[in-house]
Amino acid sequence: MNAKRMCFTVFTVKSGLSAWLMALAGLTCAGCSREDGGTVNVIGSTSIQPFAEHLAQVYGKKHPGERVEVQGGGSTAGLQAVANGLAHIGTCSRSLSDEEARQFTPIVIARDGVAIVVNPANPVNNLTLEQLRGIFSGRFKNWKDVGGRDEAIRPITREEGSGTRESFVHLVMGPEKISREALVQESNGAVKELVKGNPAAIGYMSLGLVDKGLKPLNVDGVEPKTEHVLSGKYTLARPLLFVTKGPPTPKAQKFIDFVLSPEGQKMLEGEGLIRAK
Amino acid sequence: MRQDNVIKAILMAVAFSAILGLVLITVFIFKEGMPIILRIGGREFFLSSDWDPRAGRFGIFSMICGSMMVTAGAMVIGISFSLGLAIVLTQFSPPRLTAVLKPVIELLAGIPSVVYGFMGVVTLVPLIRIHLGGPGLSVLAASIVLGIMVLPTVTSIAVDALNAVPRPYWEGSIALGATRWQTTHMVMLRAARSGIVAAIILGMGRAVGETMAVIMVAGNTPAIPHGLLDPVRTLTANIALEMGYAAGDHRRALFATGVTLFVFIMVLNSIALVVSRRGARRTGAP
Repeated sequence: MNAKRMCFTVFTVKSGLSAWLMALAGLTCAGCSREDGGTVNVIGSTSIQPFAEHLAQVYGKKHPGERVEVQGGGSTAGLQAVANGLAHIGTCSRSLSDEEARQFTPIVIARDGVAIVVNPANPVNNLTLEQLRGIFSGRFKNWKDVGGRDEAIRPITREEGSGTRESFVHLVMGPEKISREALVQESNGAVKELVKGNPAAIGYMSLGLVDKGLKPLNVDGVEPKTEHVLSGKYTLARPLLFVTKGPPTPKAQKFIDFVLSPEGQKMLEGEGLIRAK
Repeated sequence: MRQDNVIKAILMAVAFSAILGLVLITVFIFKEGMPIILRIGGREFFLSSDWDPRAGRFGIFSMICGSMMVTAGAMVIGISFSLGLAIVLTQFSPPRLTAVLKPVIELLAGIPSVVYGFMGVVTLVPLIRIHLGGPGLSVLAASIVLGIMVLPTVTSIAVDALNAVPRPYWEGSIALGATRWQTTHMVMLRAARSGIVAAIILGMGRAVGETMAVIMVAGNTPAIPHGLLDPVRTLTANIALEMGYAAGDHRRALFATGVTLFVFIMVLNSIALVVSRRGARRTGAP
């Protein structure tokens, strides 16, 4: 009994101690900077993240010894990370604001269409920009107002600060505001899930992410297709940016060169994006 | 002897680092959040429901309402099931059934909240949308998911409270000719009242603080819901949704949302503490 208790005490002391030490180590490491020179840190948009990860993987294989680490967090978070020196490259899935453009150097790595998606069971195939604006600002509340069935429209938007949302506001809404009644979902995946499950829902997402179970709508009669984005006929397109503060470091430059090379561009096209021209 | 002192010192250090952590977190959120509440004014911040961070308007009234509605709904569902379960487990079920039921309920507490949220999205939300109307993502969906999530917490504390009632109370009541149910609701529930109230309040704290599952099923619209089928945004959802992007005043406003939540939960926990202590003194039970 006694031995058992002793044993137990020692055990708690040990685990308590190690937890404490680990916490301490965590605290001290939070302060250390990431200037180990070897790795290129890429932080930012969750829309670009999967593409950047793929690029980084192939790049790492082609150039052993070079390491590129990709993290998400959002477009704005990426810009902050570049400003703080936490990241060598920030990724941003929207145009920079005037103030941001003064502070950062953007490099367009690809362009991306913004698709308007509905459930395949929805008979509507085409919306004008004006109708879209009306739906998302809450002026049109019923699908029959825009040529559909008599059913309440359920617009789905992304959260405040998302690059996709900001592009959508910039491209479609203009000065108008997205209605406060619109459902807010925090990822492309969640928007997809909802639109797939609800015949009355309408949402927006990157053209490259549209898959089976979603119906992309024509906007002003133009089908959302890569060639129409390239030719400028489909107007809902946004730039995908790599952002640096001042000139990039040599290692970062090497990765950027790879992304802009014919090979990198081809990979991006293969994933449904549109080359940077 | 010396070894004892060393161990004592180490354990004290561990204990105090926990307290230090709590103090640091408190100081930090108040330091980040209070200035903006003071600057834009408590009235504007707490009583306006105009949340438009881009335009610099921060009013969280709709989310305070949202948190309260969702929590109230969750408690209605959670309490009815938990109390029922606790009564069955302590008074009516044969020991063998208890031996199976209790661990199963406790296991519910170990399921991660995303899983609850995901189950809600794929099963509950379509059910509500098709059979009751509305967008599906709603106060009701959030309440049901949260109600199930608080079940293990409330049940196990209520069970402990009922088990802590001295045996002679029960024996006395039965000896006087009361039936089992009469004994349960006239003697046992009364005697365990303070513990049960504490259980409910702790469950409420959990419901107010839950984030992930709520984001997935609540719809997150920053408008005051007018009914159970309307979508809703809670205080926690507001912080989690926008924290990744926020900078400047927006970030501070999210910390201020955190301050609100902190005060909310502190008040709930203090009530729980006071109630359970007062109860302990009166009945003499530990």
